[in-house]
Amino acid sequence: MLGAYLPIIVLVAVAAAFGLGSIILSSLIGQKKPSDVKMSPYECGCDPVGSARERFSIKFYIIAMLFILFDIEAVFLYPWAVLFKRLGMFGLMEMGVFIVILFVGYIYVWKKGALEWE
Amino acid sequence: MLESLFFLIVAAVAVISSILVITCKNPINSALSLVMTFFCLATFYVMLDAPFMAAIQVIVYAGAIMVLIVFVIMLLNIRTETGRKTTHAILAGSIIGLFVLFQTCYFLTKGTLTGTKGAMDTALVEKVGHVELIGKALYTDFLLPFEITSLLLLVAIIGAVILSKRKI
Amino acid sequence: MDTLILGLPVAYYIAMIAKVLVAFVFVLLTVAYATYAERKIIGHMQVRLGPMRTGWHGLLQPIADGLKLFFKEEIIPAQSSKFAFLVAPLVALIPAFISFAVIPFGETITIGGYQIPLQIAAVYDPAGDRVLDVNVGVLYILGMASLGVYGIVLAGWSSNSKYSLLGGLRSSAQMVSYELAAGLAIVSVFMLSESLSLQKIVADQAGFAWYAFKQPVAFIVFFICSLAEINRTPFDLPEAETELVSGFCTEYSSMKYAMFFMAEYANMVTVCAVTTTLFLGGWHGPAFLPGWIWFIIKVYFLIFVCMWIRATYPRYRYDQLMRLGWKFFLPLTLLNVVATGIVVTLLK
Repeated sequence: MLGAYLPIIVLVAVAAAFGLGSIILSSLIGQKKPSDVKMSPYECGCDPVGSARERFSIKFYIIAMLFILFDIEAVFLYPWAVLFKRLGMFGLMEMGVFIVILFVGYIYVWKKGALEWE
Repeated sequence: MLESLFFLIVAAVAVISSILVITCKNPINSALSLVMTFFCLATFYVMLDAPFMAAIQVIVYAGAIMVLIVFVIMLLNIRTETGRKTTHAILAGSIIGLFVLFQTCYFLTKGTLTGTKGAMDTALVEKVGHVELIGKALYTDFLLPFEITSLLLLVAIIGAVILSKRKI
Repeated sequence: MDTLILGLPVAYYIAMIAKVLVAFVFVLLTVAYATYAERKIIGHMQVRLGPMRTGWHGLLQPIADGLKLFFKEEIIPAQSSKFAFLVAPLVALIPAFISFAVIPFGETITIGGYQIPLQIAAVYDPAGDRVLDVNVGVLYILGMASLGVYGIVLAGWSSNSKYSLLGGLRSSAQMVSYELAAGLAIVSVFMLSESLSLQKIVADQAGFAWYAFKQPVAFIVFFICSLAEINRTPFDLPEAETELVSGFCTEYSSMKYAMFFMAEYANMVTVCAVTTTLFLGGWHGPAFLPGWIWFIIKVYFLIFVCMWIRATYPRYRYDQLMRLGWKFFLPLTLLNVVATGIVVTLLK
């Protein structure tokens, strides 16, 4: 168990050290001449208009919610896929029911136009 | 010995990051701390020979649910929390906290921490595989709950659409 | 040699550190030279020469670029959320550079009587004469891929710039959508392999029994969705420079910008390696070359295909992109799972 997971921890440490090291190094050797204009957000050279922290389209929110729900479906599919040859016809039927029920939901989402970007 | 040292380090990170979840002024930083907590939990699952649970913890909780929470924080445009908490909130919080502390101490002294030993042990998990064991239980013994899950997901899908569409 | 640390021989630790360092440096070099190769290949496809000045045929270009970024001024916008702004590049970089840990890149080799599996997160078990690896290797990669979205969302949000925010939002919605389709596409591979362990999946494909032949739909859908998930052209909407300047990394400079750049290319390398492992037989190939060379050849070929696609196809429009993911790939992958189930059950 340990033999398979220890290398991942070492790799995380190497990657983090590389990332942190290069950020710190570049901020040490890079030049620093801050000015008000340089520190303002980029807006094609004009003065920034309004705030960037505006509310945004609810579309993104729907996508995130639907993503969670279908992701959970995918999570249920993984152990089933591993076992499905051993479960045989029975396994196919039970997952068939599961997928059909969720597909009804999918069609509902489609028909209500939640997947449209207008 | 080294394993319990590693456990203590991860546990410390988990506790610190979960404290940061409630103390950070900026909601996005709180969300990040929560992701870190989920990571520590995933590490615990791996240490308990449950790699599938660890993967689910990362994929579903850290990778999906927290993305939604971050989106909501951005959507609602929650600024840094500036207002001071009222004394009522502090009082209520301390009382609840004391009760939870008392409860935890009670269970630590009176209850059994490990619970009952089931049929699954480390040797079996290594031989058969964690995913296989979970799948076997889920798709034979717990078939009905599994199918009901699909209905729950269906309800959630419909709910998501109704909540977020102006015209149905 | 027989001393044990935590139940593992000393040779294990030496081999483990060596594998981690070699693989890390190799991926880093591949990332650096993928940027060069991309400029050269696309240049020649468009009847240009690409970089020529730095070194012979511009071979030192990636090194020059990297050095230049080290000396650049670090700009942190005044109204940004400092902590998230500083952490975002690391959050993008680290998952990209650790997800290749579970990919087997060669057969088990023997050095000084000790068996070393050519896979970072694996150990040879002498008792059972088998390689123990991460039991849920594929899910580990999917988990790391799903964390990549934080880097982008944080970068977009913390910069406090309109272009960054829009780029970050678009990018994250695109990533989660295609992550879903890619995750569902590989279910049909697990139905054939009966395991989530990459060792087992590769072993099943020995002798040209590639899953790409058995699951062509899953292969194509997975590759396309992975390209979309890592924001490669023709799905590089977040960096649509004609409308969003540079997307989520508009406000980034110096090495912090380079981190996003490296993460993007490391993700591309990982996607190509995963596709090779799941569908193109992994390191298996005719015996006249060792396995790891076959693995590198296949991965580099897929990287070339990515660049070829970039030079060939125009960028998608955002609504087309989301429609393609949700209304075409998602039902297609579910259909593929059901079809695989029916066919396999009937054949048995």
